[in-house]
This record gives sequence, structure tokens and C-alpha cells, in this order.
Amino acid sequence: MDYSTSDFRRGLRVELDGEPYTIIESEFMKPGKGSGIYRIKCRNLIRDRVIDQTFRSGDKIKAADVVESPVEYSYKAGSKFVFMDMETYEQHEVPEESMVGAAEYLLEGMKVDVVFWNGSVITVTPPRQVDLVVEYCEPSAKGNTATNVQKPAKMETGCEINVPGFINIGDVVKIDTRTGTYVERVSKAS
Amino acid sequence: MLRRRAELLQLTRSFFAARGVLEVDTPLLARGLVVDAHIDPISCAPQAGSAAPRYLLPSPEAPMKRLLAAGSGPIFQLGKAFRRGERGRQHQPEFTMLEWYRPGLGYHGLMDEVGELMRALLGTPSWEKRTYRGVFIDLLGTDPHTASTDELAELATANGVRTPQGSAADDPDEWLNLLFATCIEPALDPQVATFIHDFPASQSALAAVSGDAPPVAQRFELLYGGMELCNGYQELLDADAHRARFEAANTQREQLGKERLEPDAQLIAAIEHGLPECSGVAIGFDRVVMLACGADSIANVVPFAD
Repeated sequence: MDYSTSDFRRGLRVELDGEPYTIIESEFMKPGKGSGIYRIKCRNLIRDRVIDQTFRSGDKIKAADVVESPVEYSYKAGSKFVFMDMETYEQHEVPEESMVGAAEYLLEGMKVDVVFWNGSVITVTPPRQVDLVVEYCEPSAKGNTATNVQKPAKMETGCEINVPGFINIGDVVKIDTRTGTYVERVSKAS
Repeated sequence: MLRRRAELLQLTRSFFAARGVLEVDTPLLARGLVVDAHIDPISCAPQAGSAAPRYLLPSPEAPMKRLLAAGSGPIFQLGKAFRRGERGRQHQPEFTMLEWYRPGLGYHGLMDEVGELMRALLGTPSWEKRTYRGVFIDLLGTDPHTASTDELAELATANGVRTPQGSAADDPDEWLNLLFATCIEPALDPQVATFIHDFPASQSALAAVSGDAPPVAQRFELLYGGMELCNGYQELLDADAHRARFEAANTQREQLGKERLEPDAQLIAAIEHGLPECSGVAIGFDRVVMLACGADSIANVVPFAD
């Protein structure tokens, strides 16, 4: 399906040079000479880069078949991550390469946001914060509770995050998935 | 905003009164037009029954030139103009146009008068004049009068301009316009009032074309505050040339899939009778108000936006 330049608005998904983009800004200009033009700023949904493009008013642009769905993480099968669509109960397999920035925080049953383009997953976004159990870290030294010393800790999902010295194995900590940093301790090991 | 707008309207009237330029208010409804390939008029049917539809004028050019031919002397008009399909941060289908004509003054002199009006309305201290060719060479390294369509297309694509669909891709003026809007206009200093003059002969509208080599249209535009504020010419005086340009514009309209427009027969008759040597300019008054108020949309400087 095609859009016309007059359909341009923020949030519209279009396909340019075979890749999906979302329009961030759109402006119509009509010079005193010649036909009108539309200038847009758009973000490439795969490469996450923003570009400027100018179109002649009235030209047609391909619509991008982009769909966003909430899905739940089921399990990992070999090098593929399997998710279940919360609305259709369909299963989607996503290769490791598309899981950058998300793989290391996944717990079974976790709800994530997935963007599909032409039916395939292009981005997976975990929740902003996740609570993970510390699988291994150096024991905290007695009497060290007041200092700012950080130490590396391995989480149940496999990622390594720096945590304060007082954290012990079995503690549940809150992690910010966008920065990969420790937020706070949720509960102590029982 | 209303007060500021009223002030500017008043200042404009005083500016012209002081210079002996007469205010006129010509009809907005007309049976014929100055035909342009890219300006679409709003048509309406003011009389019931089978009477021919009228157009709401996109500019008062035609009736004002008829007054000039009848010996009016220098005249100005501050009134509404209408254009179909134009809505955006700087566009409204109904807007206010300030247009005036100076018999006996060349277009360079008129540029200076526009500059003086900007000084009176916006406090603009000075202005620059650059040729169309000059800005292309300075900013893009290309001579717009001699570059091939392929060269222009390559330059444009390298700057994020998508190839226009259909036959437009073969028209060098399409590429020049896209390059001008994408690479040249945004690169000009918005704090400096810049007149761009001497356009390619193919973009002359109703401007006279010089006898130089290559011939250029004696046409100018004012770019200020990141906006195109005006369009002015050394006016075309030959009736046959008018007929030819209207016909060419209609042909281009057909190629673009648009309807033909009725040329203004009374304008042509007036030109045949004799238009004095003159230059004329049309300014988007609302955009001047935008600059005065620091507004970033035309919707913020009119009482009610469409």
C-alpha cells in the first residue's frame, strides 16, 4: 500500500530504500516557484539512525508493514529465542543477532515489546527495569556497608552487573536495562 | 498578537501614504486568472443557476495591472488571497497579501523599497542582494544555468532529496527548486534579510527576461528569518508573451494531471492597451507578522486559522 506526501505525520511507518522508517517530523513547504515539497526527519527502525529526506508534494511512498506487539518470553531453543504473542498465542522465533540489548535480561514469562516488519522481528525491548537474582558475587566483607565499593556480580540470566559491596549471592536486585546498571536491592537472600 | 498585527497593518499603510502610493481594494472574485502551473485557485459559484464559476484570486496582480494600464500610478493593496491545498507552518489557504506596483522604478530599486518596509516594520537595519547563480555556486558549487539535469539530480540525491516521480524527474527546474528549498534556503543566515535575484529564465512567471547570456528572469525573492517573504519582478509588458506563458502553464498543468485554468482576458486586453514600465512585488504579510511576533506558525498570527 502507498501513502501520499499529504499523509505524512509523526509516527507514520514508511519504507525507504527497502528499510522501515518511522516519521519523527514532517514539514510542508511551498516555494513561490514550483510545486510544494515535504521535508521529513525519520528514524530507521532497524539501524536506529535518523535521516532527513525531501519529497516533492504529491509523490507516493510505500507504507512499511510495521506492527508492534506485546509478547512473552518462553524459552531459548539453540540460538533462537522463542516468544509467545499475547494476543494471538502465536510463537515467534527471534535469532540471537536481533536480541542485542535484551537477551541478557530475559526471564521465562517476562513481557517484552517487539516490533515486527514484514512479519519478522526487528527489535526487542525488555521492560525498563527488571528484578534479577544474583547468582554469584564475592561475599560482602563484614563492616563494609558504608563504603561505595562496587563489585561485579553475575545475574541468573547470565549478564554481569556492577553492584554495591553489601550485595550477596541470592539477593534480588533491580537493574535498569537501558544502562545495564544497578538500581537498588529488592530483597535479601533468605 | 492582535494588537501587534493591527500596528503592523497601520505602519504599512503609513509607509505607503508617506510615499504617495495609493491604496486600492480590487475584487477578490474573478472570471480569469494569471495561470500558474503550481498555484491552484479556489473556485466557487457565487450566482445560482448556470452562470460560470468564479475564482477566488491567489493574488491581486491581474486587477492591479488593469488599474496601472488605466493610468493609476503607483498603487498598493493589503488584502486577502486564496490558494487551494496550501496548509502548513507557513501556509494557510486564506492569507493576507501585500502587493504593490511602481511605474518607472526598476526591480533593483523595488528591492530597496521592500528593504525599507522591513526596516519600518521589523527594524531590519540592512539587507543583502545575491544572484540565484551566486548562491548556487557559493553553497553547492554548481552553476544552475548550465548544470545538466543529471548533475542536479546527483547533487540532490546526495542531499537526501528523493527523486520526484513521473516526468518531473526530467525537468531541471524541479531539481533546482528541490535543491533551493533543501540546501540553499536553510543555509542562509535567518538574521540577514537576503534578496535572491535573477532567476533562471524558465522560472520567470510574469517577469521580463533579460537579454544577457544566459538570459535570466528579472525576478527577486526575499529570504529572511528562514522564510520566503516576497516575490517581485520587473513586469512583463508584452501581451503575446502573456498569452504564450499562460498557455505553457496550462500545458504543464495538464501534464501534472491538473485542470486547465481560464486566463484573465481582461488582463490581456489591458496589457495590449499598454502597461507602463514597472516593477511589482507581493509579500506574504502574515509571515512578516510571524517575524515581528517571533511566532513559529502562521496559525499563531491570524485571528482564526483554517
